[in-house]
Amino acid sequence: MQKGLRRKDLLGLKDITKEEIELLLETAFSMKEVLKRPIKKIPTLRGKTICFMFFEPSTRTRSSFELAAKRLSADTINVSSSQSALLKGETVLDTLLNVDAMGIDAFVIRHASSGLPHFLSRHTNASIINAGDGMHEHPTQALLDMMTIKEKFGKIEGLNVLIAGDVRHSRVARSNIYGLLKMGAHVRLFGPPPLVPREFEKLGARVFYDKNKALDGVDVVMGLRIQKERLKESFFPSIREYRKFFAITPDDIEKLSDNVLLMHPGPVNWGVEMDYDIMKVKNNVILEQVTNGVAVRMSVLYHLISGERDNEEDIN
Amino acid sequence: MKKILIKNAKVLDFEKGKEILRDVLIEGDTIVDVKESVLDENAEVLDIEGKYLFPGLIDAHAHFREPGEEYKEDIKSGSRAALHGGVTTVLAMPNTKPPLDSRAMIDFVIERAKEAGYAEVLPVGTITKGREGEELAEIGDMKEGGAVAFSDDGSWVRNSSVMRRALEYSIAFDTVIISHAEDSSLSHGIAHESVLSYEMGLEGYPAQQEEIAVFRDIKLAELTGGRLHIAHVSSSGSLKIIKDAKERGVNVTCEVTPNHLLLAQEEIDLFNPLYKVNPPVRSRNDRASLLNALKDGTIDIIATDHAPHNWYEKETDFNSAPFGMISLDFYFSLLYSELVSNNKLSLFDLVAAVTYKPAEIFKLKDRGRIAKGFLADLVVFDPRKEFVITEEFIRSKSKNTPFLGKKVKGSFVKVIKKGRVLDIEEI
Repeated sequence: MQKGLRRKDLLGLKDITKEEIELLLETAFSMKEVLKRPIKKIPTLRGKTICFMFFEPSTRTRSSFELAAKRLSADTINVSSSQSALLKGETVLDTLLNVDAMGIDAFVIRHASSGLPHFLSRHTNASIINAGDGMHEHPTQALLDMMTIKEKFGKIEGLNVLIAGDVRHSRVARSNIYGLLKMGAHVRLFGPPPLVPREFEKLGARVFYDKNKALDGVDVVMGLRIQKERLKESFFPSIREYRKFFAITPDDIEKLSDNVLLMHPGPVNWGVEMDYDIMKVKNNVILEQVTNGVAVRMSVLYHLISGERDNEEDIN
Repeated sequence: MKKILIKNAKVLDFEKGKEILRDVLIEGDTIVDVKESVLDENAEVLDIEGKYLFPGLIDAHAHFREPGEEYKEDIKSGSRAALHGGVTTVLAMPNTKPPLDSRAMIDFVIERAKEAGYAEVLPVGTITKGREGEELAEIGDMKEGGAVAFSDDGSWVRNSSVMRRALEYSIAFDTVIISHAEDSSLSHGIAHESVLSYEMGLEGYPAQQEEIAVFRDIKLAELTGGRLHIAHVSSSGSLKIIKDAKERGVNVTCEVTPNHLLLAQEEIDLFNPLYKVNPPVRSRNDRASLLNALKDGTIDIIATDHAPHNWYEKETDFNSAPFGMISLDFYFSLLYSELVSNNKLSLFDLVAAVTYKPAEIFKLKDRGRIAKGFLADLVVFDPRKEFVITEEFIRSKSKNTPFLGKKVKGSFVKVIKKGRVLDIEEI
């Protein structure tokens, strides 16, 4: 753990290198060892303070980050949209500046607006960790997905990974596309065309509209949630028809090799993008992803907060 | 009446396509003589030593936010920014709060601009009452009061029947209907739809959102014979539709903004709200088409779409920020510096697009040219003088432009408004 990430923020996987991803994963595996100990706490970030600013609902990401921070002995505070002065009309920037003035080392931010963490990062010397910005990126989710894949296959390079569902609105999909391609995997996308626009091929992924072709020869199937809250228009006729043509079912998985991994970032809409019976599929690693999430977030917090930075990244 | 003799002015002879030296004699607010050499012992002499003398600029598209949002801009600050940018006549868009949809509102704007005493402000009235797209506003009465065109700017008149009646009705008053061509039923995007918008997770709106609207309005202009002007054209697809319509003799003109002539999506920080504008900054390909269309006459004029917003409204994330950029204070210099100096556009095409061509479209018969009998609205331009676009330079109340900090070469040094000579610094 001598090598540093030398960066202030983790805003996305588009702008980070393969080496940085490898370093973060390597550290995450070490952190996972810590989590297996009877005493799951190390003093690495003692005296550091992390602020969680979640402006969208979250169960997994938020508790995972909070647990990661506590495992590293950091102090944590929370600012949420429902309990803060945002309800009184305070802007997100003012909220950040005010909390920052109390002495914060890192902010973990989730917001419905793409680019909000990037905007805030220009106004603080604290580290900004993107915990999901609109339809843009969710880097720690993709890191934990890659960790899970690496754990199972011992590698990422050369694997065929299918991302199925609402790619259009998915920050998880975008971060995974960037990350997996950098690590040498082949990325396939599958779903109804309005939710999986052809433009994504220009990012280096292959787009499929036929389920059988999409699944042929895959090593990993990653389901994505149909984001009902972002579907302002009609992107497909009905949930019924979606299930008929686009949901991943146990039958689909059965046809594939025994080693195929089934993943989902959660929360799952059971009976929509995935059949509930899929939980019975042998290689379903949905809960292992959650476990790895804590380790990955410990790795990210450790590198950003205790690591050195290149000076030019500091503001002022 | 006071006489001023401008000596050694380099003026553009559009008929011959040549730069020529002229003396220009002004009496009161009117140009009374333009010759190689004018002598008049009673005139005050202003020797401009071979610098350019252009007609005062006419900007066909500005938002002055008064009444309703005076914290962004008001008629005084907006018309001052205009004059500071060489604009002696400016068309004020009616999407104020409340909108300029009645004679009383038109009278108010004209009165306020006269009190301010900077650029002349010619109001544009709304097409429909309340700018709601349903019932026609009193176009005739507003025209009589001084409105020079009609637009529901900010919104497209979505109902085809209403737009048809507007174009028909306008014929009786010999006026122009301006279309904010945007079929927003296609999307609620905030960035030009492309691989980049998908990549950045910004809701995209495709060029077709504009092209569909352009096509319908041209069909209605064709049906009715009314005069249609399309605001802020931004896509190469729209240009093809407009070019085809012009070739068929449809009564249609259009404008492009400096922003769309200069910016391309591939080259900007997509998360920076200073670049958020409607229509959006489109592709390099669109930008190249716009420039070509300006040269071949498919695009008639350049209009600023000066859209002021207070700093804190832009100091936020891209989603939350409002659309719009300012440019009245500096757009001519910026275009000169970026396009004319680099031989991408001729000085003749640039000056035509901001002077006599807008005068023709909006039937401003007393301005837009340097000729006997025209208003003495003139600007003196020094192509060698450099300046930096700073907050201090900008006279607009708002500073929302991505060109802040940009150094430009070519500056106005004097503005003459109806015979009154002003140094640029004193505006």
